Amino acid sequence: MAHAAESNYPTPTILQEVKPAVLPRATLVENNRSFGWVTDKICGIIEGKTPTWWWVCFVLAAIIASFTVAGLIYLVATGVGVWGHANPVNWAWDIVNFVFWIGIGHAGTLISAILCLLRQKWRTSINRAAEAMTIFAVVCAAIFPVFHVGRVWFAWYLFPIPTANSIWQNFRSPLEWDVFAVSTYGTVSVLFWYVGMIPDLAILRDRFTAAGNRLRGFLYGLFAMGWRGSNRHWSNYEMAYLILAGVATPLVLSVHTIVSFDFAVSLIPGWHTTIFPPYFVAGAIFSGFGMVLTLMLPLRAIYGMQDLITQYHIDCMCKITLATGTMVGYAYGMEFFIAWYGANPYEGFAFINRAFGQYAWAYWIMISCNVLTPQFFWFKAIRRNTALVWVLSIFVNVGMWFERFVIIVTSLARDFVPSSWGYYSPSVVEIFTFFGTFGVFSVLFLLFIRFLPVMPMAELKAVMPQGDPHGHPAPASGHGDHGAH
Amino acid sequence: MSKLFPKSANRLPLQIVIYLVVLGGIVTAATTYYATPKYIRVGYAPVQPVEFSHALHAGNLGIDCRYCHSNVEKSGHSNVPTSQTCMNCHSIIKANSPQLEPIRASYASGDPVPWVNVHVMPNYVYFNHSVHVSRGVSCVECHGRVDQMEVVRHEKPLSMGFCLDCHRAPEKVLRSPELVTKLDWVHPKGMQGQIEDGKKFVHDWNVQPPQSCSGCHR
Repeated sequence: MAHAAESNYPTPTILQEVKPAVLPRATLVENNRSFGWVTDKICGIIEGKTPTWWWVCFVLAAIIASFTVAGLIYLVATGVGVWGHANPVNWAWDIVNFVFWIGIGHAGTLISAILCLLRQKWRTSINRAAEAMTIFAVVCAAIFPVFHVGRVWFAWYLFPIPTANSIWQNFRSPLEWDVFAVSTYGTVSVLFWYVGMIPDLAILRDRFTAAGNRLRGFLYGLFAMGWRGSNRHWSNYEMAYLILAGVATPLVLSVHTIVSFDFAVSLIPGWHTTIFPPYFVAGAIFSGFGMVLTLMLPLRAIYGMQDLITQYHIDCMCKITLATGTMVGYAYGMEFFIAWYGANPYEGFAFINRAFGQYAWAYWIMISCNVLTPQFFWFKAIRRNTALVWVLSIFVNVGMWFERFVIIVTSLARDFVPSSWGYYSPSVVEIFTFFGTFGVFSVLFLLFIRFLPVMPMAELKAVMPQGDPHGHPAPASGHGDHGAH
Repeated sequence: MSKLFPKSANRLPLQIVIYLVVLGGIVTAATTYYATPKYIRVGYAPVQPVEFSHALHAGNLGIDCRYCHSNVEKSGHSNVPTSQTCMNCHSIIKANSPQLEPIRASYASGDPVPWVNVHVMPNYVYFNHSVHVSRGVSCVECHGRVDQMEVVRHEKPLSMGFCLDCHRAPEKVLRSPELVTKLDWVHPKGMQGQIEDGKKFVHDWNVQPPQSCSGCHR
């Protein structure tokens, strides 16, 4: 189309005079790699021998995961009192951890849905792993509210199933909205992940079958659902993917909005604010990109994927982290402003207490990790230092956990009536259970790396320079016709 | 390279969906029928130590329920009569009946007759007989036509839904308190009249059956 425009209309002379700068689009797969190289590279991770580091990590992760299992068995056998929360802090680490893990998942949905609709082609290198991260994070998140109900075998009461009790859930409660928000989120994330994987599973099916491993060929084939890569298949597939992206887009905003309603709909000072939904969504995407960086940078180093996850990808992720981190910092400031401007003494006290009260240490950890850390990403030199980016991403994760801790615990520990004030400290069981969820997450992620394609091969090939042979020379390609003119 | 999947595998997804729908339907129907108090509790009629016939005493002879279950209007708990109550009559009537041997033994020793409890409320439910009986909820609403039973059986499900049906619409069952033990009584003007009078009772007596959790689960 751009070519046609050029031939029909003479270039305006003014443009020749001012010579608009040519802004080259970044190459998304570097070093002029071929399609075959991409397939071999990504399938090679699955087809190769299990590396020693994988086993070491897997065993370690499984041991850590056993802490969660042991903690939960002890909780079920003894009672929910083995966790440290008690009057007045009746929500503590359980909800902190729930919000923390749910928030991490948001980067996956953002990358897979919103960036897909916005045609951000750099998403292709990281979307598969980020979607996997989302699903595993939802698994870890779900553990906490489900076991917080105490008698976990009644957790199905959360779902509106008609029973002989003739009662329904309280649909006016944001906790009930949470059930639907999170279960929808989990379902759509799994669907998105799976549908996107079908062409890649077919590649693996064909490769394993050709190599004579009929069992694995059969298993991948089962989930490839007879994909042949025909024109009709691709046409349906693209449409299904687009619809799923459309369905998932509101979820990026809705899930954490509803999670924030758990607090905002209540009357506790420091919770009852209208800023919570956008503030929580920004924080969720911030923490999610922190976790994506934490996971993808080691993966890139171990498997030598510098050509697939380029410096441009890292720059993009760092910039989103910077943008959302700054939004979160703005929200922290705005909370103080509203507390002052609203002239509600309880609200004012809640925020002064956050910054200078008994949990001030947590507040300042939060501020330094969430507001100061991302500011480093303004500098190109820091973004290019992969090891440093990785360390900073860890700080983002820590900071976002502390954000939820500060919000939940400080407000409950100091509410309206001084006679009901208290101080919360976690129990050992609580600490171990949370620590173990990192093991659960890692076990799932390691299995994902070992057995499923970590990047969407088919989509990658479409955004490579080789995918656009009649388009533009290397520096300008990668974005089809919308390149430099 | 031979095929991995036979051609029939094309039909597999549809078959799986149909199978799951059918299985889900069967499980739902079976749970609804077999796993609710309507099935689990109703019909329970344990063998009692004495073959006491409610049909004879309350039905044919017309003895009022409260002659034996004497505390039902005053106490939260409805008492099962002691053997002294039985012996009020049976010291004279059928004084030597072998069937009444356990009653006489209990009367002599003071140990209670080990009646088997038919209507068992779980410990997590608070139920007060007096507040229901003295506000015109008839025995028949929860216990059925005991005056026709040779052996007492569990007639109603007594599920939470069963309780809530009344608590949500008390006008459908309230009657004048004099009539609570008339198990065969129905409103002479039918359901229409029952609801009209019931509404009057609800208003006059300020009947507000609790529907919150802590009303019964205290």
